[in-house]
Amino acid sequence: MSTGAAGATVPGRTPSQTIGPFFGFALPSETGPLVVDASAPGALWLRGQVLDGAGEPVPDGLVETWQADASGRHAASRRLDQDGPSFRGFGRCATNATGRYAIRTVKPGPVRRPDGMRQAPHIEVLFFARGLLKQLLTRIYFADEPAANAGDPLLAMLDPQARTTLMATPNQDGYRFDIRLQGDHETAFFDV
Amino acid sequence: MQEATDAAAGAGGIDPPYLYPPYRSTLLRAPGRTPLVLPAALADLTGPVFGAESIGPLDFDLTRQHRGEPLGERIIVHGRVLDSTGRPVPGVLLETWQANAAGRYAHAEDNHPAPLDPNFTGAGRCLSGADGSYRFVTIKPGAYPWANHDNAWRPAHIHFSVFGRAFSQRLVTQMYFPGDPLFDHDPIFNSIPDPLVRQRLISTFDPATTEPEWALAYRFDIVVNGSVGTPFEPEDSPK
Repeated sequence: MSTGAAGATVPGRTPSQTIGPFFGFALPSETGPLVVDASAPGALWLRGQVLDGAGEPVPDGLVETWQADASGRHAASRRLDQDGPSFRGFGRCATNATGRYAIRTVKPGPVRRPDGMRQAPHIEVLFFARGLLKQLLTRIYFADEPAANAGDPLLAMLDPQARTTLMATPNQDGYRFDIRLQGDHETAFFDV
Repeated sequence: MQEATDAAAGAGGIDPPYLYPPYRSTLLRAPGRTPLVLPAALADLTGPVFGAESIGPLDFDLTRQHRGEPLGERIIVHGRVLDSTGRPVPGVLLETWQANAAGRYAHAEDNHPAPLDPNFTGAGRCLSGADGSYRFVTIKPGAYPWANHDNAWRPAHIHFSVFGRAFSQRLVTQMYFPGDPLFDHDPIFNSIPDPLVRQRLISTFDPATTEPEWALAYRFDIVVNGSVGTPFEPEDSPK
């Protein structure tokens, strides 16, 4: 569509390109990973590591998260960098030299959609990196929510192994969620 | 100019495949399984909305972020953010980053032996206006070498990150400049299966917006996935 839609009534969607290796001076920021203030009730750290098909860490990726708050509501994220309202919904963290990321957030509540469908607590995750010509979309669910997970319509579409790859596991200061881009334990990814 | 419609964009679709061996970094990073297409009823309808307070007054002008003016060819890059029905997408965040005029990024990992410019960082951001429009002032980036294959060079480009209204509309892409001799040699550009769809990433020279005695202008419209035409308030979440 960048060339002008001469005669076309519906514009063509713009294709994706890789984020490349050099976004680090532009997109990440110190407060990007802070979805909530440290003082927020239920504040926890969501931590994980991103691994490639050889099991090596991915040290030049970007994790973005989007989620409802503890009561299942999606808030507008008014500020990109500064500490804003106590819940921002959106988190962004570059992976470090060992492929690790950390997002300070709260566990989301179950989300009820306008049609009444109820989804288990989950966090939407996008992952970008050199070598990914398009972002990857996945979802974090919580291993300690078995009842809610059992009734989740998306999890119900997956085979047991794929379901396992979406489960964040509780640890001492929050949850752990690793992303495996390729291989036997490859994370389940989605498209829209 | 002839334009590929999305419906006619060939079996390969609009986006590049994850695995594209000419771009070597895809080999160990592309997922092996085809991502499951989310049913529309399960796709996320909400996404972050950033307010004007996220943006500094000079964030859109990459030539005025330092004490002096950067070296290189000053340009205006502008366009509109649209949804797939052609409606403008207002109030969404655009972020850009790029190499300087010599083809060097202000990034610690960029080892290209070209000079850094103390007056150019190369990062910009703005919000789209009520009509979906955006505008940046910057310096035309240089081509630069990379290690993908022997004597590999990237065509000059500006990276764009765009938020739609829903998280599922998120788009990260690259804008190129018309007539670049490196197009035929660049696996990243050519990873888009349909040659006509590739053209969507090439900005057009815009004489009407070019400012006399000051700067050439290039136009780059961005079309995000899906429709935001229905009334929709991210703050007003599903109860």
